[in-house]
Amino acid sequence: MIFESPYDNVFGDLIEAFGVFAVILAVLALFTFAGFLLRGIGSAFDSRGETFDEMPLFLASLLAVLIVASLTLLWSAFIGGRDTLRFLILLIAAIAAFGWLFRWAGQRLTNNAPRFRDMPYGVSFGYVLAAVVLIWSVWFYFQPVVTEQGTPRASVVFFRWAIQGLLIAAVLGTGFKELGKRVGPGWSRKLFRTMPLTASFGILVIIAYAIVAIFAPLIAPYGQEQVLGAANVVPGGNPALGGNPEFPLGTDQIGRDILSRLIYGAQNTVGIAFATTLLAFFIGASLGFLAATLGGWLDQLVSRAVDVLMAIPSLIFALLLMTIASVWAPRLGIPLTVFMVVIIAVIDSTRVYRLARAVGLNIVVMDYIEAAKLRGEGLTYLIFKEILPNATAPLLAEFGLRFCFVFLTIAALSFLGVGIQPPLADWGTMVRDMAAFINFAPFAPQAAITPLLAAGAIALLTVAVNFVVDWMLHKSSGLKE
Amino acid sequence: MGSVARIILQRLVLGLLTLLVVSIVIFTAVNMLPGDFAQAILGQGATPEAVDAIRKDLGLDQPLVVRYFDWLAGALRGDMGSSFAQANFASFVGAEAGERVTVLDQIAPRFSNTMFLATVTAAIAVPISLFLGVLAALYRNSVFDRAANIFTLTSISSPEFFLAYILILFLAVLNPVLPSLSNIFEGMTFADRLEKTLLPALTLTLVVTAHMMRMTRAAIINLLASPYIEMARLKGISPMRVIVRHALPNALAPIINVVALNLAYLITGVVVIEVVFVYPGIGQLFVDSVKIRDIPVVQACCLIFAAAYILLNLMADILSILSNPRLRHPK
Amino acid sequence: MADRDILVKVRNLYLEGRSDETWIPIINGASFDLRRGEVLGLIGESGAGKSTLGLAAMGFTRDGVRITSGKVLFDGVDLINASAAVKRELLGRRIAYVAQSAAASFNPAHKLIDQHTEAPVQHRVSSRIDSERDAMELYEKLRLPDPEHIGFRYPHQVSGGQLQRAMTAMAMSCRPDLIIFDEPTTALDVTTQIEVLASIRDIVSQFDTAAIYITHDLAVVAQMADRIKVMLKGDEVEESDTRTMLASPTQDYTKSLWAVRSFQRPQKPPPPAGAVPVVSVKNVTAAYGRVKVLHDITFDIHAGRTVAVVGESGSGKSTAARVITGLLPPLEGVVEFEGEPMPGDYRKRTKMQLRQAQMIYQMADTALNPRKTIGEIIGRPVEFYMGLKGQEKRERVKELLREIELEPDQFIDRLPSELSGGQKQRVGIARALAAEPKFIICDEVTSALDQLVAEGILRLLAKLQDELGLSYMFITHDLATVRSIADEVVVMKDGRVVEQGPKTEMFRPPHHPYTDLLLSSVPEMDPDWLTNLLAERGVDNIGDAAVGNM
Repeated sequence: MIFESPYDNVFGDLIEAFGVFAVILAVLALFTFAGFLLRGIGSAFDSRGETFDEMPLFLASLLAVLIVASLTLLWSAFIGGRDTLRFLILLIAAIAAFGWLFRWAGQRLTNNAPRFRDMPYGVSFGYVLAAVVLIWSVWFYFQPVVTEQGTPRASVVFFRWAIQGLLIAAVLGTGFKELGKRVGPGWSRKLFRTMPLTASFGILVIIAYAIVAIFAPLIAPYGQEQVLGAANVVPGGNPALGGNPEFPLGTDQIGRDILSRLIYGAQNTVGIAFATTLLAFFIGASLGFLAATLGGWLDQLVSRAVDVLMAIPSLIFALLLMTIASVWAPRLGIPLTVFMVVIIAVIDSTRVYRLARAVGLNIVVMDYIEAAKLRGEGLTYLIFKEILPNATAPLLAEFGLRFCFVFLTIAALSFLGVGIQPPLADWGTMVRDMAAFINFAPFAPQAAITPLLAAGAIALLTVAVNFVVDWMLHKSSGLKE
Repeated sequence: MGSVARIILQRLVLGLLTLLVVSIVIFTAVNMLPGDFAQAILGQGATPEAVDAIRKDLGLDQPLVVRYFDWLAGALRGDMGSSFAQANFASFVGAEAGERVTVLDQIAPRFSNTMFLATVTAAIAVPISLFLGVLAALYRNSVFDRAANIFTLTSISSPEFFLAYILILFLAVLNPVLPSLSNIFEGMTFADRLEKTLLPALTLTLVVTAHMMRMTRAAIINLLASPYIEMARLKGISPMRVIVRHALPNALAPIINVVALNLAYLITGVVVIEVVFVYPGIGQLFVDSVKIRDIPVVQACCLIFAAAYILLNLMADILSILSNPRLRHPK
Repeated sequence: MADRDILVKVRNLYLEGRSDETWIPIINGASFDLRRGEVLGLIGESGAGKSTLGLAAMGFTRDGVRITSGKVLFDGVDLINASAAVKRELLGRRIAYVAQSAAASFNPAHKLIDQHTEAPVQHRVSSRIDSERDAMELYEKLRLPDPEHIGFRYPHQVSGGQLQRAMTAMAMSCRPDLIIFDEPTTALDVTTQIEVLASIRDIVSQFDTAAIYITHDLAVVAQMADRIKVMLKGDEVEESDTRTMLASPTQDYTKSLWAVRSFQRPQKPPPPAGAVPVVSVKNVTAAYGRVKVLHDITFDIHAGRTVAVVGESGSGKSTAARVITGLLPPLEGVVEFEGEPMPGDYRKRTKMQLRQAQMIYQMADTALNPRKTIGEIIGRPVEFYMGLKGQEKRERVKELLREIELEPDQFIDRLPSELSGGQKQRVGIARALAAEPKFIICDEVTSALDQLVAEGILRLLAKLQDELGLSYMFITHDLATVRSIADEVVVMKDGRVVEQGPKTEMFRPPHHPYTDLLLSSVPEMDPDWLTNLLAERGVDNIGDAAVGNM
């Protein structure tokens, strides 16, 4: 335990006697009362500033919670004798003192320049904190990888990998941005000039995934279902550590090449997610725009149906429908994956519908739509020539977000064992199958990394898409100002 | 009757109605299964007489509509029917073969475990994310804000199990501070239970905090751009007071929405996390039941999840109506 | 005035604003002095930088704006280099601000009086109780109704004109030396505006407060300011005392601003007796849901004539246009086109009927599809109604662009976002002309434009009418526009026609009392106009108060 509280037994006994909820309610009431008291005492002492007088009760209660929490921490650290905690508290106190010193020194040295003069204390605290973290990171990075006894120091190894990963990402992003600034037509060069590093990194990753997914059979050294004899080969390709240069990322429990399966996983997982998103968009966007343009009973009907579908949490609903589909699939002779695509597409199309309808409604009230209606234009012209061109930007951003969501849902289903079915290589399933390897981390860091590779492959793509979408949304909202 | 009361009543009725329709959807979905429950309970080798007997016993010979109302009435009394585990997997839940295991028996302890996990998560996540969100909004476009943006985007877009394994790697395997498996049982002390729950709670916190922080930041920035904030600054009010007195009261509605939305998200997120940490909550029960097609349990879990989800959204709706001065003080 | 000491001294002030990662100049070297008790009018069109300059005089810049060089001295204090704490000490206490939109600038979560007392209490000027009492006195001085209780209402419970006065009271709460008024009456109707103007002028002189009054309306500034400073795109044009400036402006730009109001086309003779009107609105009653917004409206529009429909916001003038176009089918009554009744719903009208009546909108930004080029926007009705395609269509579009005085080859392939406001409005006119209609509804077409640009649009519309024999229904709240372009006037109030007739008759007494009030509320360029009007009618018989007395 890193933390021991003076209330341990009290809470345990109370919960046993009254149940969790009664205790939670009682604690809440107690803190509300404490906030009330605190406010009263405060306003009695502070007659002019009115800081306490007008303080909302919930803020005062929060303050009371904070006071109690910090007192408990102090108790646990200094009286309860928790060394780690005591060290942390002293560290924070030292940083706090240095924060004050830093600002003071800055004011003295720069002759009260506005930068230091108007600096809030919190900011100078932040600077010192950041400096401490930075120094610690550099120190930790250069710790030896192996102890004097010869055992690996896995923490250092993983920390180095993480930092190296970040640096590589930054270098790739910068490189790609510099390339984009110089090569290509005028508009794309201009785009790259104003692009943040995260977005250029995101675009690079998306392109890389697309290439890998499309040309998977050409890139992968082995087939996805090919069993290669040697099972449980450790990644890294170093025979001394149990690796094999023929399988740079090692093999799984039944001897399939992990690198090949990761590459094929790009095709299967990304491809299926992409198809599902397309389907969801086709259903959601067409219904959404129709509802926005026509209004009336169609709008009412679809909107209420969507309300109901959205009232069920999507992963739960997907799991329920997948249960039913798993019974039907063998009877009808249709692969379960097809059912999954349709189920997730329908569930997700409700979100697309909401957005498309909202975007459509915003456009429909514009005067140019009224002008087109008064001209006598038909529905097809209105939707395809007037509304759709103005909805592309938000829809494209939504496509990115939806894709991530669908991708994560499929990964989650596969991870839970009801998604993409073996023997197709799939990242979610791979994580589940190899999860136990993580416990080898202290003595074989290379082996422990395998489940994280598949999970990381999922995370990298969704993060990349989100970086790009974030930039797009920021750009379009910035234009409005 | 005041307009606020009327609006709230409307929302309540609407919420109940939605719940009713959702229960119909769930019931119909489950009844789309081929064959019938009786066959499923007894397995393939059962005699037709036995199947008929069970069918009668469970009321499966009744029309669909009657069965729905029976089920609904039962659910309202807290009786969700018997689990299939009775026949096939009785040992799975520690019951004697042949003994009747009700769905409620299975769900009740799990439910309180899940609520405990959600409460711990919320208690950590809500204050942290509100604090960080306001901070990011105040120092927007600073180094802190940009770093926070990258960090939150990353943790939002990563799958939950990725975050879970990273935390396990660093906090359980490399530095054994917390247990990686949540072995929860009756009669443990509060501190013990808290310790076992902390790692899943931290994982959920990571995801939910990122969401909440971003939304809080957006809401506050939106607010800080409004003319009345500029007016307050032009009145020479201190920055702290501008936030507490002028921004916060108006930020309540968006913040309540953010919190409710994320608590609702916890419900979905909890499924994967519970499986990773083998946390004995309702999410894990749900996934297990899905795998063994224990339909009554699946149905009940679904209904509970949906009800919690609807309730949270309803609460957010009502609270934000109550915090709107335009509605509280009509013309 | 000249003997009093200088309160604000601004010297060579340069400001820049950020747009797309680069900084572009907003103010290029502004200088002025403001003495105690003096009111300086800052005037200019949109983009002149007058609001930015007004805020900079408080030592304040909005996000994305920075001061690059220059000096702002307030009573000897250097506001540009002062610390945040020093500036906070001055703001609210010695320098106050009145914003354009009071509805948006009051915090919706607090009562008016709590916001009023905040500055005095926070600056330790007076106690909460004293400040509350003072607020009620100020409310009374500003002639707010029920001064004892109005402060205990929330902002959304109080009307726009009253809020603007409450905000002026709030600015006065610490008895500042300087108040910046940033277009305080722009969003208000004329009859509301006049009350607010009278109250502001009164209270500023009563407390001997110096003020900077920012506006784009010459007639308003003539009433309020002792001195006027004219700005154009961040540059100073000229500055002198109000009477000199009005009588003999020296710069060309100022002269052109002054000349805008002189455009007036001769009124056409009345149509021959028995002529069939192009459009005839007969006994129309219309409603949104259950709320009736038009009550028994009747008026005619004859060939080649302009009918101006005048009224304040909420008078139903735009609804009348929606009924004529068929967007809102009437409950009762009928709209006739050249003697033929038209179906109430536009969806039931023939293509011919739709073609004959076109519309030009107030906001050119929302009236043109931002994703289509000018050629596509104007070309669509050409193709849709006339059936022209390819090269023929392009030629016709070019011809139309020449008619609206835009160079065809330069504009035909541009997007609306690459055009200025006036150019966009011209494209809107061309789109209407492309249908070759007989009748065009102009819905507040000039109210979003700067005065010089607006005048260009009015001249263009007049020219087109003479060339093509068009009939216009001109919806506006601006009586100056009515004067310059209308042949006949319809005055509307609360969904009813109050008065109608030829323009010359409408501007000559006797009027209906409402028309009279409307006419008398429009500020004139004469600096004594407000003083004279108050002397003539009395403080309680102007603006909304007078409407209440009716």
